[in-house]
Amino acid sequence: MPVFVKDSNKCVGCLICMFACGRAHLAVGLESSCIKVRSQGGISRGFSVFVCRGCEDPPCARACPEDALIVRKGGGVLLKEDRCTGCGSCVKACILDAIGWNNSKNKPVICIQCGECAKSCHYKVLEHKRL
Amino acid sequence: MIKEDTLRKVLYIDLSKKKFWIEDRLELFSQFIGGTGVAIKLLHENCPDNIDPFSPENPIIFAIGPLNGLFPIASKTVAMFKSPHTGNLGESHAGGRSAIAIRMAGYGAIVIKGKSERPCYLAIHGDKIYFRDATTLWGLDEGVSSGSLIRKQETGAGLRTIMRIGPAGEKMITYACVTLETYRHFGRLGLGAVFGSKNLKAVVISGKRDLKVTDFKTYKEIYGELLSQLAQSDKMKKYHELGTPANIMPLSFSKGIPIKNLLTNELIGIENISGESFAEKHLGRRVACSHCPVACIHLAALRKPYEDEPYFYRTVYLSYDYELIYALGTMLGITSSEGVLKLIETVEDMGLDAISTGVTLAWLTEAFEKGIIKEKMTEGLIPQWGNVESYIELIKKIIYGESELFKDIGKGIEYVSSKYGGKDFALTYGKNEMPGYHTGYGAHIGYLFGTRHSHLDGAGYAIDKEAMIKSFNEKEIAEKLINEELWRQIISSLVICFFGREIYTPEMVLKCLKLAGYELDEDRLNEIGKEIYVNKYRFKIRCGFDLDNLQLPKRIFEINSGTGILDQEFAQKIINKLKEKIKSLL
Repeated sequence: MPVFVKDSNKCVGCLICMFACGRAHLAVGLESSCIKVRSQGGISRGFSVFVCRGCEDPPCARACPEDALIVRKGGGVLLKEDRCTGCGSCVKACILDAIGWNNSKNKPVICIQCGECAKSCHYKVLEHKRL
Repeated sequence: MIKEDTLRKVLYIDLSKKKFWIEDRLELFSQFIGGTGVAIKLLHENCPDNIDPFSPENPIIFAIGPLNGLFPIASKTVAMFKSPHTGNLGESHAGGRSAIAIRMAGYGAIVIKGKSERPCYLAIHGDKIYFRDATTLWGLDEGVSSGSLIRKQETGAGLRTIMRIGPAGEKMITYACVTLETYRHFGRLGLGAVFGSKNLKAVVISGKRDLKVTDFKTYKEIYGELLSQLAQSDKMKKYHELGTPANIMPLSFSKGIPIKNLLTNELIGIENISGESFAEKHLGRRVACSHCPVACIHLAALRKPYEDEPYFYRTVYLSYDYELIYALGTMLGITSSEGVLKLIETVEDMGLDAISTGVTLAWLTEAFEKGIIKEKMTEGLIPQWGNVESYIELIKKIIYGESELFKDIGKGIEYVSSKYGGKDFALTYGKNEMPGYHTGYGAHIGYLFGTRHSHLDGAGYAIDKEAMIKSFNEKEIAEKLINEELWRQIISSLVICFFGREIYTPEMVLKCLKLAGYELDEDRLNEIGKEIYVNKYRFKIRCGFDLDNLQLPKRIFEINSGTGILDQEFAQKIINKLKEKIKSLL
């Protein structure tokens, strides 16, 4: 698992990781981000961060009817965009809710295991381990 | 600006007709950047002459700028309206999720006009706009929050802003605030009351999109540089660690923090409400605005027992800052941090501006001591320095009180002191209540001539800090004040949080603007800053504001400030210089 949530109690909800994820997908903004940050029912209760843990036997890939998600060596998946029909089965299969959705493309945003999110986090909520 | 950028879209909403439309305002955003610059033009366009601030015609304008969504700590939204508190320019800034939400929804500005027939709230999800019924949310008191109910109803969790008013806004108290994300506010000058006058309970905004820059590679480099400066720089440390309350003790030593309506310089036990004390006893969590890693929002955990039920407690989280500890602490002679937090809780529940509320209570206390205000006028309540329980009741009376005095007090100190007397100790500047710095000429004259009568206009306290080791003549003080305010028009047009101003130097701003498609140089930038400032002053004057009719409160000359006793004659010299300068710009 290349990126994992080390301590979500330290999350301040700044969304810097989401913007970093966007940049890693060569975009500016939040549409191309596959991370989600949500308050736990009001900001005073803190935040939860949802980020791909790079499963070795990923349910998202198994759920894809078009074989558009290719299992990577060492965990995680690669998206073959030309095969993807935008059915959303992968999103439903991920119980971590760690797959983003690009509405304008109508395609999922899949973690590329780059660790940019962890690198940009000031509070070490996320940790990146290169395998 | 970049042609495809959705920043150029202005969303207009008419609450009377339940209609909305979008106008393309490329020229506006090209010429005035965004934020303050664009908002003041939209205010001139949409606010007719001589209207009552509570008339349906008074527009509510929210504007953001090209750097929101592109760069870190560009996290603020500017709100503009005709202020019911001062009768002229209403301008207030807030962070939370608002700026990024508006950017992601695909707008540069939102203009809300008209008045809804019955209570409503607006849901803006990208290009879908809904007029929702808010009858059930109107009149909600403590216990159930409109925020939590709306949260359940609407989509966009995590990225949305929920701006809402409390009872004070509904009852149109002229210093009612708009609260967003529970802990941030459009605090000053009464935006909450304008919401209330329109039967507008809340505005929810969400969206998600990618933006464009002119050169992605350079963008990544500059982004990285900014992020590391924000993380490592000592310039940001003061906001990270203790936060703004770090200033309580230094300003107490220098006599710069106002105490008990400026009746004294001494507050025994002030160390109990210092930034250090709050952090040690209460700091429960730190949170951030969207796209800002600084996380300056300090939340205190306050455990409160239930009187009637043993072993039953509730824990509330409350955000505290320097200005709140001043207005609801030192100004009222309160030296227990729990006491300050209880007052913060009441002010939050009511939806009031904390500064104006605290300063108004301080005036009331002194007026009561002097016999100007009597017990029968306060429905039997006795305002008394340090008496937390009595102040809690008084705050509620500002909204729910039946007596004539309480109805008047909801209009601010200027109004009550004109009616009942006690002007000499009325700490107001252009009808707005005093911020927490009795540091010297810079602060006081800055409040008086700043376009929104705020400490954030020209940061006079920073000039006073310099003046502690180096003396300035009247010309220098006047120039420093105005130059700072001119530059801040640019910062608040981008819209960057003022806490990031030392990192966003003119050079850095130009680099960032270039990536957003603006080809400007420093001279042009300064020109734009000046134009915006002039547009703001012109709006004030349109509303009847008179530069020659401004006065400093008498009280401030009677007690030591952070830079000693202030001399009325010297203050007048600075005022003359400043007026000359402002008139030459207009």
